[in-house]
Amino acid sequence: MSLLELTNVQGGYGPVRVLHDIDLAVEEGHVAVVLGANGAGKTTTLRAISGQIHARGDIVFDGRSILGRSPEAVARLGIAHVPQGRGTFTELTVEENLRIGAINRVDGEVRSDLDRWYSVFPRLAERRRQEAGSMSGGEQQMLALARAMMSRPRLLLLDEPSLGLAPLVTRELFAQLGDLNRNHGLTVLVVEQNANLALDIGHWGYVLEAGRIAVQGDARQLHDDEAVRKAYLGF
Amino acid sequence: MQLFVEQVINGIGNGLVYGSVALALVIIFRTTGILNFAQGEMALFSTYITWKLASESDGFGLPIVAAIGLSMAIAFVAGALIERVLIRPVEQARSPLNVVIVTLGLFLGLNSVAQLIFGTDPQLMPSPFPEGNVELFSSGGDAVVISKETIGLIAVLVAECILLWLLLQRTNLGLKLRAVASNPGSARLHGIRAGTMLMLGWGMAAAIGALAGSLVASQRTGFDGSLMQIIIVYAFAAAALGGFDSLLGAVVAGLIVGIADALTVQYVDAFEGIEVVVPLGLILVVLVILPNGLFGRRTVERV
Repeated sequence: MSLLELTNVQGGYGPVRVLHDIDLAVEEGHVAVVLGANGAGKTTTLRAISGQIHARGDIVFDGRSILGRSPEAVARLGIAHVPQGRGTFTELTVEENLRIGAINRVDGEVRSDLDRWYSVFPRLAERRRQEAGSMSGGEQQMLALARAMMSRPRLLLLDEPSLGLAPLVTRELFAQLGDLNRNHGLTVLVVEQNANLALDIGHWGYVLEAGRIAVQGDARQLHDDEAVRKAYLGF
Repeated sequence: MQLFVEQVINGIGNGLVYGSVALALVIIFRTTGILNFAQGEMALFSTYITWKLASESDGFGLPIVAAIGLSMAIAFVAGALIERVLIRPVEQARSPLNVVIVTLGLFLGLNSVAQLIFGTDPQLMPSPFPEGNVELFSSGGDAVVISKETIGLIAVLVAECILLWLLLQRTNLGLKLRAVASNPGSARLHGIRAGTMLMLGWGMAAAIGALAGSLVASQRTGFDGSLMQIIIVYAFAAAALGGFDSLLGAVVAGLIVGIADALTVQYVDAFEGIEVVVPLGLILVVLVILPNGLFGRRTVERV
């Protein structure tokens, strides 16, 4: 059974329907990649999962239907959503940002988790007392990733992590993400415009077009499929 | 010199009152982005509740400290309910002006209802502090004499500020409140119940107002429906001077306003009411030079 399964999901904003029929599944321990042009419904799909928009159909996480739950409730089930814009708490320090990630945890291991992510992201350790809003876009994306990891998520939703980042920083970010998946068993659903990098670390890929899944398949095959690349991915 | 020191200490006492009402304004502003024009009248209503609980002749005759504590608890619940029932539904209309109108309505409504229930005659609030004066120290033969009430007021309000600071900076709950103030959408994605935090913010602000109002009333020889009118003007001024989003700024600016007020009363004898003009003029000058206030953040943000 998949960790996350969307069946015939429809939804949008008020009277504007963006998602027409989304069927999508994420296996435990996998990285699933959602590709597609602007306006195809990638961000809206993530928002439907985390309860930020009204949706219909069915969304099942770990055997439970989570459709219609509030974002707070979905987060508490172990789904960490890093939104576009990275969700930084700009006036708070880097360390406070990370603590917010672990705010609902009751185990006594928050301190050791902090140290662990500081060692993975040394830049954050250097800036732990600094206001998070003063960091560069790349550093804030690292912070968003580390903050999400502080919640020990069972599923990470990532919305266009490469947006606004320099190519080199983007590459580094995806390397980290691939590492988290391989070495820590993190399950990821990532929405991305940069198809090349995302498919490199992904297991399964979906191409969204006008609110529907147009193509799906093994990430490597999608990456190498000439027709798919020409039609949808543009590289 | 002795007179000067006495006036400064009295100014500190008043300034802490302005500062703590300004704190309440800043807490609500930071968590909800609303200027709560009803803050003063919420405090007035709570003050009447304290009086009703404590008054021997017209009320329940509770000890004054218990009455203030109970009144703060009632204010906390009422403040949280006001957020949930009156503010949040209107806020969803997406025009900030609508909320402003609601708080203005609350301002007028609470004042009228308070006078309807409790009457318009001045009432006497018992003091939680002992009577009498304390001789602090002598300078050049003249002793500096301060009333025990003023010392008590300063002690309580300083303790309140420290507790509030500890709550916000050193506890998980404080971190949640600040997370919601900073980025409510992202806070919800971390499992923080933003709505609950907003209610808590309003509740805390209302309880702070109840304490400030009750203590001020106990210093007066009688209070009526106009109790908070000057105080709320000074508190808004202090919040503006402090930068509206800074808790420390609100307290420091409150102290500046209070001391400027006390010294003006003592030393400037131009015309009646000058003590209101001087602190507000001072604030105007500061804000022309520093538009973000003394402690407001000059937003340095990279994207």
